[in-house]
Amino acid sequence: MAAPEVIRGSWLRSVGAVFMKDWRAELRTRYAVSALLMFVVTTIAIIMFSLGSEEAPADVLSGMLWVVIFFGAMSGLARTFVVEEERGTAMTLQLLTTPGAVYFGKLLFNLVLVFGLNLVTIALYGLFVNGFIIRTVSIFVLTVVLGSAGFAAAATILAAIIARASTKGTLYPVLAFPVLLPLLLAVINATRLASEGAAFSEASGEFQLLVSYIAVVIAASTLVFDYVWKD
Amino acid sequence: MSSPLHIAGAGLCKVFNRRQVFSDVQFQVSQSERLLITGRNGSGKSTLVRILCGLLTPSAGSVVIRWGHEVQEVERPGVIGLVAPYLQMFEEFSAIENLQLAASLRGYPFERGRAEHLLGRVGLDIKRKDAVRSYSSGMKQRVKYAFALLHRPPILVLDEPMANLDADGVAMVREVMEEQHQERILVVATNDLSDCPRADAQVNLDGRT
Repeated sequence: MAAPEVIRGSWLRSVGAVFMKDWRAELRTRYAVSALLMFVVTTIAIIMFSLGSEEAPADVLSGMLWVVIFFGAMSGLARTFVVEEERGTAMTLQLLTTPGAVYFGKLLFNLVLVFGLNLVTIALYGLFVNGFIIRTVSIFVLTVVLGSAGFAAAATILAAIIARASTKGTLYPVLAFPVLLPLLLAVINATRLASEGAAFSEASGEFQLLVSYIAVVIAASTLVFDYVWKD
Repeated sequence: MSSPLHIAGAGLCKVFNRRQVFSDVQFQVSQSERLLITGRNGSGKSTLVRILCGLLTPSAGSVVIRWGHEVQEVERPGVIGLVAPYLQMFEEFSAIENLQLAASLRGYPFERGRAEHLLGRVGLDIKRKDAVRSYSSGMKQRVKYAFALLHRPPILVLDEPMANLDADGVAMVREVMEEQHQERILVVATNDLSDCPRADAQVNLDGRT
């Protein structure tokens, strides 16, 4: 039996396999999607009841939108790693593939999940919350895209960390809040600018911050993930 | 000329929260050889198996695998096949889907013909489309064999190889072990010496703390 020159399989295929595994499992169980939707619908209903026919100012409405997204995301995104620990399949993944492939596969899955969540949340929020009007669509679209990517990036590494802890449920939002604070402040401000009809250039500072945040979180995550993922 | 396939463990020690499981464990095994790991319950057989498979970092010492060249950590998924009670399948998927996942996660193309052949060999061809969660523990053990053999691993590691298997299953495992031994490396960790009556090297973990 001769040794092959290349033992290693395709890294991209491994990343795709991690993503497809989670995607197909989610299509069968719908656990994360159900948790996210229930949370979003309940929270928007509470906002509707508390506001009544009153119209809140733009900065309050922008803040409330991202509060819904923050807690909605926290209720669903942690599952990606917690479920592997609970079912004992984390070791199977460690045996079959590299930590990098697991991280990027899970990140990709969380990105899709958080984009979907944000689209549904924004549609429901726009329909049912009085006074939420977007005047500069370009700022808002870019804010949602970058905000979603930032949420997914931070949520993925935090989920990997808390999956190893015994108090998973309570630890996640507590750990996530300080890590996500710079992102939250930037997206809330950019959403306020979009609803006030500001010019695109006025939001450039927020976009620079968001892009830097995403780059730093993904770079730091790839550096520490090996240590988080292995014993 | 030395064999291109070779595993060597040197000075291996594992400590969990100040409790030393074993220390100064050494072994060497080459192509067409069998390594037997024995010891009482709690002596660290599964811990040593996990270290060998790269699933656990030793507190001291190292395991070096050579297959033409020194196998790097990122290459280990392609070199090792593991069957163990603590290795869980993806239970929401069927046996054939689990094999497809195993191939893709390793980064290899999926060979459906080989996967179906292996499922037939382990006696699960009729049940291959049922979710693994509906399987008995013996059937899950059989899936693990197909899972471990799919990529023709040069090193097959079996921890408690006969666990939950009936007489047919035991016969199937003995056949797999014999084939693996022909030109590859077989590592068996067990309490029952009849699981692997002939070994070229042995690590006894009793009294290794």
